[in-house]
Amino acid sequence: MQTDYIHIILADDDEDDILFFTDAFDELKINTKVNTFKDGEELMDYLNDDQSRMPNVLFLDLNMPKKTGIECLKEIKASHKMSEIAIAIYSTSASEEDIEKTFVLGANIYIKKPGDFKKLKKLLSEVVSINWQYHTNGLNKDNFLLSL
Amino acid sequence: MKLFLKFDFNTVSKKILESKFNGLNLEYKIIGFGEVELLKKIKPEEYLALNDSLNDYGIEIVESQKGILVQKIKDTIIDMVFNEDIIVNVKSSVYLSEKLGHSYGYLSNLFSEITYSSIENFMIIQKIEYSKQLLLNSELNLTEIAFKLNYSSVAHLSTQFKNTTGITPSAFQRIILKRRDIAQQKAN
Repeated sequence: MQTDYIHIILADDDEDDILFFTDAFDELKINTKVNTFKDGEELMDYLNDDQSRMPNVLFLDLNMPKKTGIECLKEIKASHKMSEIAIAIYSTSASEEDIEKTFVLGANIYIKKPGDFKKLKKLLSEVVSINWQYHTNGLNKDNFLLSL
Repeated sequence: MKLFLKFDFNTVSKKILESKFNGLNLEYKIIGFGEVELLKKIKPEEYLALNDSLNDYGIEIVESQKGILVQKIKDTIIDMVFNEDIIVNVKSSVYLSEKLGHSYGYLSNLFSEITYSSIENFMIIQKIEYSKQLLLNSELNLTEIAFKLNYSSVAHLSTQFKNTTGITPSAFQRIILKRRDIAQQKAN
C-alpha cells in the first residue's frame, strides 16, 4: 500500500550532520519520517530485526565507526527483505571510480558532499523528490541511478 | 541461470484487472490504461473486496477528483512516451489539454500541487526511464533510441540523460551490466 509520506533512515556518526539533514528534510513539502543511527552496527541491527519497518530511502555515510557504509551496503544488497530500499551514499570523495564502484555494489544515489550547507540542502531535497517519483510512480528501482 | 525479462505493462495490467474483476463476478469494461467502468452498481462490501484484492498487486483505487485527474495526466504521458502507436503531431501541452479537456495551465498547476513536481519534469523522467529500458533490453544504440523517442539529436538525449541522472548513458549501461555480471557469478 502506498503511504503519503516517505520513510527515511539516516546513518551517520556526526551529530552536526544529523541535525543538518533532519532540518533539511523538515523544510520539504513532502512529508517525511526520519530515523537516525550513529553507526553501521546499530543500523544493521535495526534493519535485520523482523519487527522493523523498512525505509523507502536510506542515507549512508561512507565513513562510520564499527561498520563502514560499504560494508552495510553489501549486507543490505545481499538481503531479500531489504531489496526495496533506495540507497543514497554520501561521501567527500568525488572520483568517478569511487562513484562507479558504489553503483556497481548496488547503491542508487551518490551524493558528493558539497562544502556549504545551502547546497547540501538543495541536493537533499532533490534526492527526496526524485525518490518520491520512484515511490509513487512505480518506476523500476533496478534502473535507478542518480549522481549529484 | 538468470533470465532477463521485458515486460509489456499494458498487457500485464490488463490481465491482472481481468482476473481480479472476473474473480469477484463484477460486470465491467476496461476503458483504457488505468480506467475501468463498472456496468452495475457495486455493493460497499464488494468495493472493499475489490480494493483489497487489487492492493495485493500494488494497484490502488484513486478516489479524489484531483487525484483522478492527476492520474489521467500521468497515464496520458506514459502512453505518449511508451506506446509507439500514438503519434503526436502537436506540442505535448496541446495534446494533453485536448485529450483531457482542460487548459494546460490548469492541468499544470494541479499536477504540481499534488505531485510536488511538474508535468515537464514527469515527462522527462518517463522518457529517460524508457531510454534506460531500451539501452539495457534492446539492440538499439543511443542514436536509434534518440530517434525513437523524438529527440532532435542524440546529443540532446545524451545531455538530458546526464542532467537527469548525473551519469552518462554509457556509464549507466556499463554499471548495470557489471551488476548483472556479479549477480550471475554469485548464482553460478
